[in-house]
Amino acid sequence: MTFQTRRRISMSVKYVMIILWSALVLFPIYEMVSTSLKLPVDAFKLPPDWIFWPTLVNYREVLFESNFLRFFTNSVLVAVISTTVSVGFGAFAAYSLARWNFGGKKTAIAGILLLRMIPEVILAVPVFTMFNRIGFIDSGRTGLILVYIALNLPFNIWVLRTFIMELPYELEESAIIDGCTDVRVFTSIVLPLIGPGLAVASIFTFRIAWNEFILSLVLTNRFTRTLPVAVSLFLTDTGTEWGKITAIATVIALPAFIFTFAAAKSIIMGLTAGAVKG
Amino acid sequence: MRKSSVPGRKNSAYLFLAPAASILLLVLMVPIFNTLRLSFFEWTMRALTEPPTFVGFRNFRELFGSANFQESIRVTITFSLSVVAIELLLGTVLALLLEGEFKGMRLFRTLFVLPIMIAPVVVGIMWRFMYHPSYGKINYFLGFIGLGPYGWLSNPDLALRSVIIADIWQWTPFVFLLVLAGLQGVPKDVMEAATVDGTNYFQTLLYIKLPFISAVLGITAVLRLIDSFRSLVVIYNMTGGGPGVSTEIMSIHLFKTAFTSQRLGLASAVAVILLLLIAVFASVFIRNSLKEERR
Repeated sequence: MTFQTRRRISMSVKYVMIILWSALVLFPIYEMVSTSLKLPVDAFKLPPDWIFWPTLVNYREVLFESNFLRFFTNSVLVAVISTTVSVGFGAFAAYSLARWNFGGKKTAIAGILLLRMIPEVILAVPVFTMFNRIGFIDSGRTGLILVYIALNLPFNIWVLRTFIMELPYELEESAIIDGCTDVRVFTSIVLPLIGPGLAVASIFTFRIAWNEFILSLVLTNRFTRTLPVAVSLFLTDTGTEWGKITAIATVIALPAFIFTFAAAKSIIMGLTAGAVKG
Repeated sequence: MRKSSVPGRKNSAYLFLAPAASILLLVLMVPIFNTLRLSFFEWTMRALTEPPTFVGFRNFRELFGSANFQESIRVTITFSLSVVAIELLLGTVLALLLEGEFKGMRLFRTLFVLPIMIAPVVVGIMWRFMYHPSYGKINYFLGFIGLGPYGWLSNPDLALRSVIIADIWQWTPFVFLLVLAGLQGVPKDVMEAATVDGTNYFQTLLYIKLPFISAVLGITAVLRLIDSFRSLVVIYNMTGGGPGVSTEIMSIHLFKTAFTSQRLGLASAVAVILLLLIAVFASVFIRNSLKEERR
């Protein structure tokens, strides 16, 4: 066998694997999106219509017949506010841990790594009882936003710290010599230079805050509920309305689609952070 | 590195750290401490206004005597070990087969990010629909080769396997991306030297690539193991832990003890056991990360 034919065979094997595996990855997603675009009568037809006229009837029903808009607004507010605050505070803390030596720094770093591992469900009971006592659950979305800020801080601090540590210190040094305050140095020199890090942190925080289910289920009521909880309750109340359910599910998945195609590189960077030497 | 002892300058380290630290303290650390404390108390959701009653180790004794809890440990072990082993194997094999730059690789890698980014609730819904006994496409396709129909989520013998498959669908890409990143770190000159020496594919795999990515594989395994406790949302929306308790991993058991049985003290005891498990796994990861720190 010549080198050339061997190469050709190995390339064909690669492409067969890619196509097969892409199909496996995409099919469940396709099923969800296509069901949301079909009339309920057509959705369950077997054999299915692989080619069909999409209809927005499910989306229209969801929009007008349920509290969808309220839950959508809740989701957007919770995700945007917690992302802004968590990335901001995370950047501050990251700067501290990247540029100073101080007592307890080692402990702080180990603590941050440990907190990153805590699954949301562990917090359900203690946070519920705490927020219940101070009235956060009936008063609005503050409690949920606070939890999402906290949950994402460890990752944000960790990622942003590695970005800051890669910056040359000389820039900041000369600003300090010129008499800049530390806060000025941070906001006008460091922050603009860690844009890609801020993007990674924002995408991952938004992802958690937008997708999170278990704490939202526990910490919200029928007014403050977010979309993942709303769609899940649809599932148990009316188990057969797959058209509406898949429509809401598709709306929930929309940011994931957008982020994936707009910023796959940042996402891969975030996923590998801490596991693979970057 | 700026030292706190730079003359004439105030040390702002704590100032920058303060906002994040206070939120972490209030919303993560205090609740975790309360969980540890509450695991020694009896407290029910119905009597939230009354103070918890101290019961010593009774919650833990009750847990280890309970058949449901023992079953949930068994389910957790089966679930976590299966998904981690299969995802690691599949992800590594695919990464080894597909490493290197070629046409379409970028799009392919992008597609693989999708399942990781999609909300667990949505993943649960998608797979619940795929597994539907009468309109699900899995039974439909299997029908062509004369198999089924199966009650993927309603048959207690199949349900755990079905949720394992959904998890493999969502997280194999994660392993793939990590291993791929690890493989990119294999030094080029080493590979070239090996080619010059006439080693075959399996020799380079066994003696160069696998040893080189073994650290990445270890970390990936630990991360997946810890994250597999988070799979409760997908499972919860597919089966609710059922039928019976056949898919009730420990995190679902914790949630149900707290919010269905409404026993907060007992649920905290489950949380403590889960925390201990995580601490053991996390210490491996943290030791590794801090080692990087020192270099």
